[in-house]
Amino acid sequence: MSGAKEIRSKIKSIQNTQKITKAMEMVAASKMRKAQDRMRASRPYAEKIRNVLAHLAQANPEYRHPYLSEREEVKRVGYIVVATDRGLCGGLNTNMFKAAVNEMAEWDSKGVDVDVCAIGKKAVGFFGRFKCNLVAQVDHLGDSPSMENLIGTVKVMLDAYDEGKIDRLYLVHNEFVNTMTQSPRIHQMIPVAGQIDQELEHHWDYLYEPNAKPIIDGLMFRFIESQVYQGLVENIASEMSARMIAMKSATDNAGEIIKELQTVYNKARQAAITQEISEIVSGAAAV
Amino acid sequence: MAMTMHVDIVSAETEIYSGTVTECYAPAEMGEVGIHPRHAPLLTKMKPGEVRVVLQDGEEQSFFVNGGILEIQPHVVTILSDTAIRATDIDEAAALEAKERAEAAMADKKSDLDYARAKAELIEAVAKIETIKKLRKRK
Repeated sequence: MSGAKEIRSKIKSIQNTQKITKAMEMVAASKMRKAQDRMRASRPYAEKIRNVLAHLAQANPEYRHPYLSEREEVKRVGYIVVATDRGLCGGLNTNMFKAAVNEMAEWDSKGVDVDVCAIGKKAVGFFGRFKCNLVAQVDHLGDSPSMENLIGTVKVMLDAYDEGKIDRLYLVHNEFVNTMTQSPRIHQMIPVAGQIDQELEHHWDYLYEPNAKPIIDGLMFRFIESQVYQGLVENIASEMSARMIAMKSATDNAGEIIKELQTVYNKARQAAITQEISEIVSGAAAV
Repeated sequence: MAMTMHVDIVSAETEIYSGTVTECYAPAEMGEVGIHPRHAPLLTKMKPGEVRVVLQDGEEQSFFVNGGILEIQPHVVTILSDTAIRATDIDEAAALEAKERAEAAMADKKSDLDYARAKAELIEAVAKIETIKKLRKRK
């Protein structure tokens, strides 16, 4: 019966694992709901500030912000990569890193250097190993990140842009499509893409109080901040749903394995019983 | 019918108010501004204070914003606040406490940074208290 005992302890251990994955699935599900709410809550701000910026691009400001105009020569680009703090969320981070690294390789082949700013422990870990120029990092932002913790890191990249060290800035994060699907998304933050051609608009401009520069500067900074924040919040929602799915399939797999092992165990037990009976019968026949 | 415009008040964390109004008052950096429909396009910063809107039926609603950006288009007003709450949700006791704390911090200033932060907190707390007082007077 030694085989049967081994199998039984194996079943026990898989059952324990299953309990853990089941619990993690449920935790992720409840966190996902909250993360989705947070994502939806911060969306209006991101949308409204984008509207204001679109208006501003249509206007004829007396002061044109450097983030609005394209630089002719691109010598160095910056990437802000938003990843998760924790693992066990399927291929979420790996897929995103793959997409980012592909783009970086493309820049590399054109002779353009790449600076990386990593947000989240997994990104810090990955780009720490990967040979690239890691200029800033922040991790342990938690499930409900606050803007304040982000500002410093983002500012490093904005300063680099202002000083002309980088000529473009991209944001990489996971886009929350729905609970089942998350896809890596890379989009250009500075210069602010999608310019509206000015010919369409008659020449008007805002009144600025007290004057244009500080307001537009402040607005730009807020815009970038809200974009990164939105990316981060979306990434968290993606993380939670990816983890939920991963843990669900892990629980299902554990169930399968237990079922198979149970069959093997039953067979072994039956074989032992049959053997015992035949031994008794042959013993009785001998008497 | 009176002319109306659309007002959106959003903070980084959530949407506070969105609706049609006839008048809107906001604490711009250079002083409070009253906005009626067909106002000229304007872009300005806001300081902590009260945003007041007058609805079509004459009812007034009051919000507290902690600084931010105000954008005015002829028929759309967008208030991008750092944090915004409905004025009735302000906790007066907490605001008073914050004011005292900020004043104490300003009294024994250790560095310029602490002083600046305490000053900002004090301005915010005072603005909150002012908003509540105004709200009381109107009732």
